[in-house]
Amino acid sequence: MSTALFPMWRKPSALPGFGLTMGYTVAYLSLVVLVPLLMVFIKASSLDWASFVAAVSSPRVLASYRLTFGISLAAATLNAFFGFILAWVLVRYTFPGKRFVDALIDLPFALPTSVAGIVLAAIYAPNGWIGRWFEPLGIKIAFTPLGIFVALTFIGLPFVVRTLQPVLEEFEREQEEAAACLGATRWQTLRHVILPAVLPALLTGFALAFARAVGEYGSVIFIAGNIPMVSEITSLLIITKLEQYDFAGAAALAVVMLLISFVLLLLINTLQWWLQRRHSGRRASGA
Amino acid sequence: MTIQAQAASLSLLNVSYDPTRELYADYNKAFEAHYKQVAGDTVTVKASHGGSGKQARTVLDGAPADVVTLGISADIDELATAGLVNKDWQKRLPDNATPYTSTIVLLVRKGNPKGIKDWNDLAKPGISVVTPNPKTSAGARWNYLAAWLYALKQPGGNEQKAQDFVKAIYKNVGVLDSGARGATTTFVERGIGDVLIAWENEALLSVKDLGPDKFDIVVPSSSILTEPPVAIVDKNVDKHGTRKAAEAYLQWLYPPQGQEIAAKHFYRPRSPEIAKKYESQYPKLKLYTVDADLGGWTKTQAKHFADGGIFDQIYTKK
Repeated sequence: MSTALFPMWRKPSALPGFGLTMGYTVAYLSLVVLVPLLMVFIKASSLDWASFVAAVSSPRVLASYRLTFGISLAAATLNAFFGFILAWVLVRYTFPGKRFVDALIDLPFALPTSVAGIVLAAIYAPNGWIGRWFEPLGIKIAFTPLGIFVALTFIGLPFVVRTLQPVLEEFEREQEEAAACLGATRWQTLRHVILPAVLPALLTGFALAFARAVGEYGSVIFIAGNIPMVSEITSLLIITKLEQYDFAGAAALAVVMLLISFVLLLLINTLQWWLQRRHSGRRASGA
Repeated sequence: MTIQAQAASLSLLNVSYDPTRELYADYNKAFEAHYKQVAGDTVTVKASHGGSGKQARTVLDGAPADVVTLGISADIDELATAGLVNKDWQKRLPDNATPYTSTIVLLVRKGNPKGIKDWNDLAKPGISVVTPNPKTSAGARWNYLAAWLYALKQPGGNEQKAQDFVKAIYKNVGVLDSGARGATTTFVERGIGDVLIAWENEALLSVKDLGPDKFDIVVPSSSILTEPPVAIVDKNVDKHGTRKAAEAYLQWLYPPQGQEIAAKHFYRPRSPEIAKKYESQYPKLKLYTVDADLGGWTKTQAKHFADGGIFDQIYTKK
């Protein structure tokens, strides 16, 4: 009965070592992930319910959630779109300097985020290389929510490209050719053949880019302007609370961030699972 | 040779706030030589800088600071509450443990194109002001209080008018950096803003370093006497065995040699003799103090900068 309920417990592998690796996995995850996260909850629980609610729902805090999650979603969406194009170009075509471009994609991973923030702020400031072209048009990038969007797009880009690349590489060209032979237009091929196959991976990349953006601090504070109610991200509010020695209040905000992020990621994962099932089901019945 | 072998080799860590980088780089070198002479010990002093509140928190979290030299006494009080610094820290050194002072002035672009003369110009629509966040920066709290006191002490001034006044100023603030040095960078390097509210020493340093052809200092009619305090971190010096050196380090800030170094870095010396020597460097203006005009830091901190305090209200109340 129990094996039916938990199919993952059934017949681990012909090779020995399941007990050891499983035990290691649980211990490692607990030490590195679960215990630190638990501490956040414990710190936050030192507040009584009324002060917890007050801490996480003041107008300034609510404005910061809207800003953080809104811009993270927007940046992840933009990354999903352009990341797809980048991955497509890198997988499907050869051109001089391809390896160089490929390596370039990972730079936002490696660069310390504060360096990214300072560099972006300098470039997009009204007197910066790029900012000066927008300034006469009345568009301010650095020190506004638009600047946050730029920073979050920058740090999220590798996630989409790197999750899509292997999927696109595995995707068989013959399927496109078959579609073309059957008279499909290019748009139809893209919509009905390519997109369904890569959509789960695209969603994974989107979710990763989004999750990273929500927690981002270093690159954002330098370019954000940090004006309460306007360009103040939740991570900054958490740091502000810590600097005022309000550890419980900071933990309370962290708990809310964790919960919202978790629910959103869960939703994206469910959607991804559903798409994958639908797609593989259709392919099976079609064949 | 034998004497040298017996002499101890110590290292001290000074956790300081933002615009003291140059001051302590200089002072530490001078102190190392001085201490070698009087005590025979070789001491190496390291310094760490950042927003005052952030620096206090790193010490609270276990940074092995032997001394702290921060932007406001509230930050050292917090260390005293945690038991790291003795409660009587402010009585252990002269002048409330603030060996040098400064004030808050206004830094504008060369030629003062917006014609900024005094605090009330900062509240006018269309002026872009740069100042850091008072929640994280000690300097920013002094900035805010200087503006507040200006409005409060006007003929017919009261608390409501002062609150409206600072609200109007912060409406003109486009970037709230977390520390004073960050705000200076925003104004000086990024070209943001018409006016930077700055520590006097930071403003004088900016003008000196970047050339007087780029910025002007505007001295307002009144400002605040900023008193950045210093203290030994008792718990850490006892653990490190560095109490003697740490005490000497802070005490040497008060005699003429130490005061001279402070004055060279544009801090206002406490010693009347050195102050006289550098008189021309410091403009004369009406200076209010937190103790005499606002009833002390504990009260001021709670009223203005605590969560839900007046600073929060100016951003959240419509």
